[in-house]
Amino acid sequence: MAKQLYYEDVEVGMEITPLAKVATTRMLVQWAGASGDFNPLHYDEEFAKNIGVGAPIVHGALKRAWLGQLMIDWIGEEGVLKRLSCQYRAMDYPRKMKTMTEPQPGETWWCKGKVVKKYEENGEFLVECQIWVENGKGEITTPGSALVSLPSKHASKS
Amino acid sequence: MAEEPSTISEKLQKLIGVRSEPVIFKVEEGAIQRYAEAIGDRNPLYNDIDYAKKSKFGRLMCPPGFTGWPVKHRRITEGPVELLVKAGAPARLLDGGVEFEFFEPIGAGEILVASTTITNITEKQTRLGRTLFTTIEIDYVNQNGSLALKAKQTFIMF
Repeated sequence: MAKQLYYEDVEVGMEITPLAKVATTRMLVQWAGASGDFNPLHYDEEFAKNIGVGAPIVHGALKRAWLGQLMIDWIGEEGVLKRLSCQYRAMDYPRKMKTMTEPQPGETWWCKGKVVKKYEENGEFLVECQIWVENGKGEITTPGSALVSLPSKHASKS
Repeated sequence: MAEEPSTISEKLQKLIGVRSEPVIFKVEEGAIQRYAEAIGDRNPLYNDIDYAKKSKFGRLMCPPGFTGWPVKHRRITEGPVELLVKAGAPARLLDGGVEFEFFEPIGAGEILVASTTITNITEKQTRLGRTLFTTIEIDYVNQNGSLALKAKQTFIMF
């Protein structure tokens, strides 16, 4: 695990440690099984064409789960995630598989974020973040926000 | 922009505030591990039972937004969607986004009761044609009677 982040370590404008993800068709199948979302939109070419998205798309909820990981990795075990939201604004298309374990070359998604506000409220040390998922072209497909509570170096000494 | 909201039918209007039959389910270790693997999240709190038991949580924890095995879980959102379609909502569905508020940690062994309320329906003309933006709120209450998680889910129906 990364070292614990404290409220005092955080400044407005600071970047959250980015997280890289490669969505593959294999990952979408695995996600369908693990999340219970068996909508054919995410694995059936014909269905995806008929619904008007062109080809099977990455589950919005999978991108949301990536953003959850982005935040939890950053705040560490003593941090508490209080709110997380995101909107699925644009479609993302997974990379196909070249071999059993290797995806075809193509785009890598980046989960990113930055601190927009820090404040104390009811004894809690809160940090508000803007977060998003970027596709391989650097376009934001999934904007969101998060609110976390962090431990304070001063509070832990007392 | 030809996206002026139009009035929704009386049948749909009547669904606002309607609460679905609660769904009760148990959060299982294996379900958490499969979910974490599907995201590619190696956080030991989700994957390593021994590590998680020795942590301050004392049990395998759920990644944010995950609430357990999906077989029954699917009914939580499928119920309201069925109601909406029966009342004349378009049947094609895209996930628009979600907002989570986390109140209590959720981990393995917990019994959760999920109840769903349709809280908002807006109708617009978009490039997809007649489009309904529906918000459903899902409350997950744990075995101690505490609200553990609130999810506000937006569905785009067209």
